[in-house]
Amino acid sequence: MAETLAQKIVARAAGRSSVEPGELVTCRVDLAMLHDSGGPRRVAPILERLGVGLWDPSRVVLVSDHYVPAVDPESARILDLTRRWGRAHGVARHYDMLGICHVVLAEHGHVRPGMFVVGGDSHTPTAGAFAAFAMGVGASEMAAVLATGEIWLEVPETLRILLDGRPGPGVVAKDVLLALCRMIGLGGAGYRAIEYGGEGLAGFAMEERMTLANMAAELGGITGLVPPDRRTLAWLERAGVSLGEAELTRWRSDPDAPVAATLRLELDRLAPQVAAPHGPANAAPVDEVEPVPIDQAYIGACTGAKLVDLRMAASVLRGRKVAAGTRLLVAPASARVWREAAADGTLATLTEAGAIMLPSGCGACAGYGAGVLAEGEVCIASTARNFKGRMGAPSSRVYLASPLTVAASAVAGRIADPRPLLAERREPEPIGEEAARVG
Amino acid sequence: MQPFTTLRGPAAPFLAINVDTDQIIPARHLKTIRRTGLGVALFESLRYDEQGRERPDFVLNQPKYRNAKILITGENFGCGSSREHAPWALLDFGIRCVIAPSFADIFYNNAFKNGMLLITLPKEQVELLAKEAETAADPTFEIDLEAQEIRRPTGNAPIRFDIDPFKKHCLLNGLDDIGLTMERVDKIAAFEARRRLEMPWLEPARG
Repeated sequence: MAETLAQKIVARAAGRSSVEPGELVTCRVDLAMLHDSGGPRRVAPILERLGVGLWDPSRVVLVSDHYVPAVDPESARILDLTRRWGRAHGVARHYDMLGICHVVLAEHGHVRPGMFVVGGDSHTPTAGAFAAFAMGVGASEMAAVLATGEIWLEVPETLRILLDGRPGPGVVAKDVLLALCRMIGLGGAGYRAIEYGGEGLAGFAMEERMTLANMAAELGGITGLVPPDRRTLAWLERAGVSLGEAELTRWRSDPDAPVAATLRLELDRLAPQVAAPHGPANAAPVDEVEPVPIDQAYIGACTGAKLVDLRMAASVLRGRKVAAGTRLLVAPASARVWREAAADGTLATLTEAGAIMLPSGCGACAGYGAGVLAEGEVCIASTARNFKGRMGAPSSRVYLASPLTVAASAVAGRIADPRPLLAERREPEPIGEEAARVG
Repeated sequence: MQPFTTLRGPAAPFLAINVDTDQIIPARHLKTIRRTGLGVALFESLRYDEQGRERPDFVLNQPKYRNAKILITGENFGCGSSREHAPWALLDFGIRCVIAPSFADIFYNNAFKNGMLLITLPKEQVELLAKEAETAADPTFEIDLEAQEIRRPTGNAPIRFDIDPFKKHCLLNGLDDIGLTMERVDKIAAFEARRRLEMPWLEPARG
């Protein structure tokens, strides 16, 4: 029986030769990820009530990324509690203020093809860029996973999204996702596993694939999957994980596997997208969006502040300045992104243009850290969500766009199309080549 | 966990779609470790103006719905962040049942694990119930979980709903995941006693 990638991973984790969509199965969890906000302070009381510890601390990764760095005694206490809990339970891998969980997992090679991953965060599907079946859960569910190493789920159907052609200048993964949000609506994937495919996929850098998988959350997918290829192997190799060529053919859907639906997106016809307040599905091509003046441009979050994202912003900002009356805030997604962006000159480009650098972490995206908005302020952000009041005062308004469009808007002081600025360059700047990475 | 058998109380019609968890409870209230006290911040940005005064047009501020126990809402309720504070805030306000055409998956599971009943109905039925909640002078509905029925203030025929038998069992008996495990504590104890006898070398070293 032909199977989808999602079925193959779930079957492996359930110890079965095959599974069918709709079946209820119990899976063994290869990796459980929890962070300082939904993690120890929520699961500890439940585990104490049960009188049990962790099923396997070596399969648990703890990341402090929401309340970092502490801004008041409450957040300091949360971080302290997180550290103590990690030590008490023998969790050797605690990435403490080293970056956003989904990005840190990828950087350190924790997520790999065929793995079954559960994370205490809705953007856990990011790991699907590495062909891992990764799903987000709440704290009670996470406590059960930590106690037993298992979780039950309904085997999902698959929604296949085919990316045809090549995107034109100024169009990147974020634009693809915003267009998809508009096409099928928030939650439009309805519990299905989203699997990306099509000839256009090969051209997307790993970090761009992470953006594709990440926003499966907005589409309502239980997970988002990208089949592995040589780029996947190269990334993992760099993270110290060597994977045989056989895994490339093993972890993909059979060509005739039945799927619930197939959606095609023609990349060459796609324009840069902007999602208006207060939802990612309010997306439209940038030239159809009113050029609203902006108070703040924000490049941050798991969705929009990886090295590739910072390079995109730099490619627009090189030799230009942020408009007077507008502020550009940049919170690199991890400590490693900081180091690499410093080494390759990206940071210098950003700060020369007038960017204000913020610590790595989830930051203002969800209203946690520095950079939140005042009443009535307007922001354009490279984050995944622009829900009302999420990034600050309830009356603030957030537009979502790619790092390119956010940077172009920072220069213009209003929502702006990055394509004219990119066209002024003699040569397009390479932004998505992992081979060029340093450090 | 408190068992859920029948729930009788006002139902608030709030037919917005994609109501996200940032709206249900904003992140600035997540620093608390306690599960109680969040009700006052439920739907904060919709309920209060910039000065913190109630917005009279928001449904939960209207006299008929101030003590709502049921929320009737639109598609994809609870999308966004996985925060379990979302069901906690609804429960703390007094809402123990939400009726919608669809729910976001993580919220759906979080809600049941905290003893809430989420009812999925076709859109037309949800809209009909919302209309009744809006027009009835006394918008009191009764949810009977055992019978899987919603009794309406109009006195019209009750509306049936489907629910997974396992979730129904847990709600009727007030069992969260721990309670469910404790239901079988005899079997667990018997197994452990037998194992100690038959395979003593598996026991951790003492002293």
